[in-house]
Amino acid sequence: MTTVRARLSVPSSAATSRRALIVGGAVVAAVLFIVFRGQWTLPHDDDYGLFRTLNGIRDAVESNRSVLEPIRAGVAGLVGIFDQVLASLGWPGVIGAAAAIGLIFGGWRVALLAAVGFGILGSLGLWESSMAVLSMMLAAVLIALGIGLPLGIAAGRSQRLASALSPVLDFMQIMPTLAYLTPITLLFLIGVAPSVIATLIFAVPAAIRITALGIRGVPATIIEAARSLGATERQVLVKVLLPLSRRPVGLAINQTIMLALSMVVITSLIGAPGLGRNLQNALSKVDVGASFDAGLAIVILAIILDRLTYAAGEWADPRERAARSGPRWVTIGVALALVGIGLAIPLVADATTFPDTFAASFREPVNVAVEWFTDTFHAVTIGLKDVVTNLVLNPLESVLVTAPWWLVVAALTTVAWYVSGGRAAIIVSFCFAFIIGLGLWEHSMVTLANVVIGTLITLGIGLIVGILSARHDRFRAFLRPILDAAQTLPAFVYLIPALALFNPTRFTAIVAAVIYALPPVIRLVDVGIRGVSGTVIEAATASGATGRQVLWKVQLPMSRHALLLAANQGIVMVLSMVVIGALVGAGALGYDVITGFAQGKDFGKGLAAGIAIVLLGILLDRITQAAGARRQAGMETAG
Amino acid sequence: MRHSTFGRGLALSLVALVLVAGCAQSSGSTAKPAESEGAGATAEASAGAGGGAEAATCQGSGDKGTVQLMINQWVGAEANVAVAACLLKQMGYDVKTNTLAEEVAWQGFSTGEVDVILENWGHPDLEQKYITDEKLAVDAGPMGVTGIIGWYVPGWMVEKYPDITDWNNLNKYADLFKTSESGDKGQFLGADPTFVQYDEALIANLGLDYKVVFSGSEAASITAFQQAEKNQTPLIGYFYDPQWLQNEIKLVQVKLPAWTEGCDADLKKVACDYPPYVLNKIVRAAWMDQGGDAVDFIKKFSWANSDQNEVADYITNGNMTAEEAAKKWIDAHPDTWKAWMPQG
Repeated sequence: MTTVRARLSVPSSAATSRRALIVGGAVVAAVLFIVFRGQWTLPHDDDYGLFRTLNGIRDAVESNRSVLEPIRAGVAGLVGIFDQVLASLGWPGVIGAAAAIGLIFGGWRVALLAAVGFGILGSLGLWESSMAVLSMMLAAVLIALGIGLPLGIAAGRSQRLASALSPVLDFMQIMPTLAYLTPITLLFLIGVAPSVIATLIFAVPAAIRITALGIRGVPATIIEAARSLGATERQVLVKVLLPLSRRPVGLAINQTIMLALSMVVITSLIGAPGLGRNLQNALSKVDVGASFDAGLAIVILAIILDRLTYAAGEWADPRERAARSGPRWVTIGVALALVGIGLAIPLVADATTFPDTFAASFREPVNVAVEWFTDTFHAVTIGLKDVVTNLVLNPLESVLVTAPWWLVVAALTTVAWYVSGGRAAIIVSFCFAFIIGLGLWEHSMVTLANVVIGTLITLGIGLIVGILSARHDRFRAFLRPILDAAQTLPAFVYLIPALALFNPTRFTAIVAAVIYALPPVIRLVDVGIRGVSGTVIEAATASGATGRQVLWKVQLPMSRHALLLAANQGIVMVLSMVVIGALVGAGALGYDVITGFAQGKDFGKGLAAGIAIVLLGILLDRITQAAGARRQAGMETAG
Repeated sequence: MRHSTFGRGLALSLVALVLVAGCAQSSGSTAKPAESEGAGATAEASAGAGGGAEAATCQGSGDKGTVQLMINQWVGAEANVAVAACLLKQMGYDVKTNTLAEEVAWQGFSTGEVDVILENWGHPDLEQKYITDEKLAVDAGPMGVTGIIGWYVPGWMVEKYPDITDWNNLNKYADLFKTSESGDKGQFLGADPTFVQYDEALIANLGLDYKVVFSGSEAASITAFQQAEKNQTPLIGYFYDPQWLQNEIKLVQVKLPAWTEGCDADLKKVACDYPPYVLNKIVRAAWMDQGGDAVDFIKKFSWANSDQNEVADYITNGNMTAEEAAKKWIDAHPDTWKAWMPQG
């Protein structure tokens, strides 16, 4: 409560002078814009020198590629091993093994979930594709953990290493996936091996970060105690740090698997087999129903793997294990029996292909539903698209593109300085300098306008739904599976209906980005508001505040940090859809990346555009992240 | 606490899923047998008409080695590959397919992951690199289909504005094509970035009052044309033939200044239509050197635009798998494909 009161009673003179400063700045910027509009602009040039230089680098790499052949062969060999194991198990063996693993780690519910889940994959007619995805993902995760866990442990113990790694990991996480598929095909050509490498690059930052976080979370007093008892550094690591950070390490493995799964699908663009290929084929036929089946298979695979790894993480905790009821040998016996049954079926029936008798498909009903929906609503949605584009998107884009570049840089740097302090302002101006140097100013401004609008819509909807979810348990329970699906369903599935509703436009891309970014925003808002302590709310209610007052005066202000984090995550996720958005008409940087991927002569431009997207990401991230941190610090001192 | 609610949520949604899937399955299983009976009947009927020849099966011993066919990311290419794969399997080959973007596919010649590209749309830079310089690939001759790239409008527009098919009249109609994306100019829908295109230069050099807005993907272009024809909304954009959409809706090509040899030499000054593309087959040099029936077959493989569109239409709108579509075509056109097969 003290915090709230402190915030509400800021001395009014300081507030007015601040407001005057903001208004003054805005007026100055507006006047400069009107005077210099259309001058000092940086129009796009496809023949920019840097793009050609990057092309030259590509040719040099191409002629020395054979150096990397052993890596390529090794990774492909690893995938081959997993392929063979899965193939020799056959579908009954895989289902039996999954059920056994589920039973040992999590009990009969997890076992049932795993068995039924794999069964659905088969009955959707996607068994082989799913197994291809599974073996590539397992290979990528194995390598990612082999690199990520040791690095994460090291980073957890050494602050210096952690701060050296941080910007590299930022870069890896913000760089759009399609943008690094280009350099990867350059180094490792096409096929399974480069797909696995791309996947592990995507997944490894999470493994490092979460592991480091876990190691750092071990209380210093325990480490001190171990040392004072004469433990060596090695003993401290093996006997204290690792056992105590079991749960975070389990989470790291879980997250690595989830990220790898979402990336493996995208790597079908560089020749990976599996569900991504099914999605791509469906897309080229504009067959939403078929893409829904493939998307559903990915969601199911994600659910199974999430539950299995979560259960394994719990099981790794000895206290948790001890609390389990029932004798262990029964569980193990049943598990062995399951695997045995699975392996015995091939003796009596064909186990290589999943039987048609269980065939099920959502293709027809989904196609019918989508057609009805688009036919019924397209007039309304086209109108909505036109209103938002003409009233908000076009004006914002035109301001950013036609304003002199120095005015945009000055204005946003000032905002960064005002909101987040000097350090953020310096980073922001550096990012701008690099974007100008890359020769992609105009396209970056178009993309920036898209990202800003996309984020605002995401936050608007996310805030409303998140508040509803925090205040109504039923609504939250109803929402949960929808959010789970929205997070794992590949965007390719909903691009076609979005196209039919909105035509290929920038707005379509914004819609796709909003769908992708909403789930984490809703979750963060929900968690933030629910995190406000019950006693505070009781106190407010007791002093006569209505439900609405509690929300606006207590819950929202007190969960400000979570809300800012939601905004920050929203921006990063909207930005990560820039390239996918270009597939449905967004143009600008995303289109440059796709062209660079597809056409050799545009390689340089594509790579530069990928870097520009990262720079935009860092720029927006720093403004909001620092704002969150500063506000938080302010609140702590105020409290 | 969190764990248990999460688990319950997941378990519930899964049960729901299973129930729905079960329903879909039961409805599917009633429909399925009838469908397959029908297919069997037609196959038998056509086999009868073919004078006792057995109905096509895409199965064989698979012991003559593996052929790796590349599938471009469009359905026409899938049709090529489906028919070739079915016949190769009959000949006793095992067939592996790989769906790839055009440029990426050429890299397969250096990794050995691609033996055959059945439908190549003239990539002079790649031909120079892989065929002339590195000698990794060989041109295996035309595949019979002529590729046409051009500017298209949906059929309804030609009925309402008959003179729109001449580029000289396009400026008159520019207002019609204005959208939220094109500002005060008419919108020209550009294509998937992986395709050959120079519409921005064409528009500038022909003095047209249009702005190119890129659809970003083939799926986006197709959806845009489908919607334009269905809802009678104006649209002009880059499209091509063969393409299954040409069988589904009526698209009319706009006449640009005719293509003459060399008029597209400088892509910045180009002011003529796209050239007709004689699509050819490209094969991996080392694979070709092995020789054998498969190599001869691929060399002889050649069919018409109408053949490809027929198979592509079965796949897209006839609710058939690529293999079923290939079988249907093979049953109906023995004269075309018998010429590709090894003699004796």
